[in-house]
Amino acid sequence: MTPLLSAQSLTKTYGGRTACAGVDLDVTEGEVLAIVGESGSGKSTLLSMLAGELAPDSGEIRYRDREGRVRALHEIGPAELRALSRTDWGFVRQDAAQGLRMGVSAGGNVGERLMGLGERHYGHIRTRALNWLDRVEIAADRIDDPPTRFSGGMRQRLQIARNLVTAPRLVLMDEPTSGLDVSVQARLLDLIRRLSGELGLAVIIVTHDLAVARLLSHRIAVMRAGRVVETGLTDQVLDDPADAYTQLLVSSVLAA
Amino acid sequence: MSDTHDSPSPLCGGGYPAQQGERGEPGLRIGRRAADGDELRPAPSLPSPDPLRGPPSPVEGGGKSSAPATYNFAYLDEGTKRMIRRALLKAVAVPGYQVPFASREMPMPYGWGTGGVQVTAAILGRSDVLKVIDQGADDTTNAVSIRRFFARTAGVATTTRTAEATVIQTRHRIPEAPLTEGQTLVYQVPIPEPLRFLEPRETETRQMHALAEYGLMHVKLYEDISRHGHIATTYAYPVEVAGRYVMDPSPTPKFDNPKMDDCPALQLFGAGRERRIYAVPPYTTVRSLDFEDHPFRVQTFSEPCALCGAKGHYLDEVVTDDAGGRMFVCSDTDACETRREDAR
Repeated sequence: MTPLLSAQSLTKTYGGRTACAGVDLDVTEGEVLAIVGESGSGKSTLLSMLAGELAPDSGEIRYRDREGRVRALHEIGPAELRALSRTDWGFVRQDAAQGLRMGVSAGGNVGERLMGLGERHYGHIRTRALNWLDRVEIAADRIDDPPTRFSGGMRQRLQIARNLVTAPRLVLMDEPTSGLDVSVQARLLDLIRRLSGELGLAVIIVTHDLAVARLLSHRIAVMRAGRVVETGLTDQVLDDPADAYTQLLVSSVLAA
Repeated sequence: MSDTHDSPSPLCGGGYPAQQGERGEPGLRIGRRAADGDELRPAPSLPSPDPLRGPPSPVEGGGKSSAPATYNFAYLDEGTKRMIRRALLKAVAVPGYQVPFASREMPMPYGWGTGGVQVTAAILGRSDVLKVIDQGADDTTNAVSIRRFFARTAGVATTTRTAEATVIQTRHRIPEAPLTEGQTLVYQVPIPEPLRFLEPRETETRQMHALAEYGLMHVKLYEDISRHGHIATTYAYPVEVAGRYVMDPSPTPKFDNPKMDDCPALQLFGAGRERRIYAVPPYTTVRSLDFEDHPFRVQTFSEPCALCGAKGHYLDEVVTDDAGGRMFVCSDTDACETRREDAR
């Protein structure tokens, strides 16, 4: 089967600096791919390119749409690209303030994508928002509160609800758990794992936390200085790293 | 069109002739049928019934104009007027689209109608009759000063009667007397971008307009309902123009939104500080956004007007003393006075 999203030799430089160099990766439905690496290794740049927000200098990203056509991202016009990013894709950001409308209530945040798709019935929007808040374990009586009154963990869960309400096929996550304390992190990871399994989502999650990668992902790609140095099944890579850098990374983790 | 001779060609070559106004005011020509070119001259006693307004006056300048010699006709120089007219033509061609224009400094502060004044100055012809309203009233400071401004700088006739006016500049209200084909309504707009308070990035809002991504506008209405149980936006209520662009009808109360739909008059919107012009051509569909289960509704007033006694009109609350005394009166002073005269 052709992968849902596949990238070939993606390269991006900022001035003289190389952020990504010749990155290849594939992800298919129901699969969670973790991209790990230290800060500055090009993880976030890669994710922005995959989301269509940043044009690569060279290389190509192909996406298989709902009709089964495989299309290069750069061939899709801006209008359709934006429509895709609102319906087929989700993007959960590290900083919830970037992924949410902080001045708009939780219900409005979840409902925005629905209204963008032309839903014009307040009652229906409300029902679906309540349903999604319930699925991400936010109490129904918080639906009219703005995210500014939410805790960090709740904001991330709200972001997930906002992204998943249109039943996307691919969700990109940029360090969704960083900055959260461990118990909140655990709940969030549990939620992401459950939802991605239930909905058969393809997830690409960027993290510097190997524990997160081990818990969530099926496959892992280790990045260093803009290159993927090792890729494979998560357990295999983390338990028996082949690359010297991966070995260093794995041995740097402090055991609790 | 037989007016080609009076569009002053030297303007294209730069340099503004000092007495350009003496050459007559072609005015902005929109909605003119080619067939009636033989009727270019208006009846001298009546205001011109077509939106053209102002074919060149048979008697040119010659000291008959009451405008001071120091100002060009209607204050703005001809080059500026042409620039504004070009923006207006584009705005009329693309209903609801915000056209940028090089807004000038006007002898009044921003927020007092600098955009509306520039639009009025650009379309005003010598035979025009001008009415200016602020909150529906002809006698408030803003209305009086703008009306006097054009009486002095253009020497045009002014009126408070809606039916007599050919150009009506307004801050909030659309007059109650039904507008006709010959009339032009000029709105003073503070914030032309309906998405402004939802999306602060101008680059992003332009993209959203270009791609007709207006889901966000409904988020605002959703928020209203979730907070107040109904759509609580009462002014600057977003509308969709001609099935395409979402437009902010300036601070107009939503009571007047239905009047914009299929209106026989030309509606022009000028935002001076934000440097945008947009328009609703005559007989254009203007639909107020709403939800299926929360349809658009206008305000209703339980009391009648304290002066004319009429019901079902838009009322202003007027504080009459410092002991809590107040009265509700028609916001449209012209319509209110007409009703009172008719009752006498």
